[in-house]
Amino acid sequence: MNTAILSFRNVSFGYQPSQPVLQDVNFDLRPGRIAAILGPNGAGKTTLLFLALGWLTAWTGEVTLNGRPLKALSPRERGRMMALVPQSEYTPFDYTVLEYVLMGRAPHLLPLGMPSVGDTDIALNALEQVGIRHLAGRAVPRISGGERQLMLLARALTQLAASPDPTTRLLLLDEPTAHLDLRNKARIIEIMRRLRDTGATLLMTNHEPDVVLAVADDVLLLEPALPPQFGALEQVFTAEALSRVYQLPIRLVQVDGHKQVLWT
Amino acid sequence: MQADSRFSAFDFRYVALNINRAFLVLLIVLTGVFFLSTLLGRYPMPGLLSFTQLTQDELAQRLLFNLRLPRLLTALLLGMTLAAAGIVFQLLFSNPLVEPGFLGVSQGAAFGAAFAIVFLGSGAFVTQISATLFALAGLGISYLLAHRLRYGGWILRLVLAGIAVSALFSAGLGLLKYLADPLTQLPEITFWLLGGLASMTWRKLLSILPAVILGLTVIYLLRWRLNILALAEQTAFSLGVPAGRERLLLIFAAVLPTAALISVSGMVGWVGLIIPHIARRLFRTDARFSLPAAMLLGGIFTMLCDDLARTLLAGEIPLGILTSLFGALVFLALMTFQQSKPQP
Repeated sequence: MNTAILSFRNVSFGYQPSQPVLQDVNFDLRPGRIAAILGPNGAGKTTLLFLALGWLTAWTGEVTLNGRPLKALSPRERGRMMALVPQSEYTPFDYTVLEYVLMGRAPHLLPLGMPSVGDTDIALNALEQVGIRHLAGRAVPRISGGERQLMLLARALTQLAASPDPTTRLLLLDEPTAHLDLRNKARIIEIMRRLRDTGATLLMTNHEPDVVLAVADDVLLLEPALPPQFGALEQVFTAEALSRVYQLPIRLVQVDGHKQVLWT
Repeated sequence: MQADSRFSAFDFRYVALNINRAFLVLLIVLTGVFFLSTLLGRYPMPGLLSFTQLTQDELAQRLLFNLRLPRLLTALLLGMTLAAAGIVFQLLFSNPLVEPGFLGVSQGAAFGAAFAIVFLGSGAFVTQISATLFALAGLGISYLLAHRLRYGGWILRLVLAGIAVSALFSAGLGLLKYLADPLTQLPEITFWLLGGLASMTWRKLLSILPAVILGLTVIYLLRWRLNILALAEQTAFSLGVPAGRERLLLIFAAVLPTAALISVSGMVGWVGLIIPHIARRLFRTDARFSLPAAMLLGGIFTMLCDDLARTLLAGEIPLGILTSLFGALVFLALMTFQQSKPQP
């Protein structure tokens, strides 16, 4: 039986007929791992993430979540197993951070339901986990970009909280470290590791090789005109592959026992 | 800010208590305004009816029951509906500047009313039916058109379609005004467009009541979901919300009572635009609170405006003029005297 949390089988997709963006994508994401989708701009990283989410529907092939075809899941079931941390999200209304994070409870409530005190506790707990509980009453437009990213992460945690088996939870993150300063980047990386250690699975797009190197267990390498490669970090994330993908001479060096990417 | 320091679920229950108290105040104000308004008028002289008149003057009783009461109730429902629909539209379109009539609904109703006045004779009931039908047609055409547009996301397409349909109807309205008899039909169209409740009767009120109750109930029950539908489409999807279906349901639930009310009141502007802002400012952005607050505030505001409309001068002042005037003034006051809102 398939133990993968997320599987792509021969998935192809494009936005315009006869112009496929992704062709024959195959991989199995095992629970408790952090996987990174790496590739140059326009290679289809976010497209692949949205295929995993079910927001986009594959031309051919099948995406399965916890062994069941994505299409066979009800929206609420899907929402309880898989959450999205979008790259950025704009709202013209000044919700408080807590109200915003509380929306993560939606898949646990019936359409006419309202979040309860218990749901509020879950949301506050998620804010605590990402370290911004003190911002609970602040208006969303008045927090910084880094804090906003942490808030979106907290909403995803709120969404996946209290599911019976933590190993069936999948977090999709679209460029979680984009536009963040080093401190916030380190914070996000630390939280992602902590989540993995609780048994959750993370799939993120990223175009920063150093972040991928720091946090990923598996890498899905998207190259224009070549079949995508999926495998453990050590196998896929090599100097040759990176040089080929970015068409730049790239070296991997050891500094103080950590691998680093050199590209200039 | 002090209020930013540690929060707990307990504090939020405390906040809920405060909010409940604020709602209680609003409810009391609304009830007070309602009862005072029934007594307020120009019979037998401008001012309030006294207790003796109320018990002994048969004409005063009939006036109160047959004229003032249906009119007052309609004003109340009109304010509640426009404000609630305004909240719905502003959230669904993630745009604080839209108002409930913008998807071709207001212009459709105006066109329908003018069409009935010019071509179908000026029976009030015919005008009402025609205005309702064209208002709903405006929404329907906007919606179908949005499906056919090949440009942008769902929201942008619907906005564009709404603008185009509104423009078509307002062009048609211009044509009808041009064709109308300038001595009889044109003034009637003009007064309809300025809005007013002078001709309200129980029969008219009962004819719109089912649509209004249905729409407001659906909106009220789904009010927390409105917050989620205000998020980006992918986000709503990732939260397991069938956004397309729920959006359609809510738009219809907002437009149905709006169309019904516009059909008897004519154009009453600014309530649906401004009351939601005030509600969000005084209460919270979360539609769980801002929606009922907007309904109460809208009801109070429209009843007060209608009181002025019927008592200020011997003749009737069109309601739409007063709601625009006071709506804009209140809005400006609120926006210029910026203070931090009472932190929850």
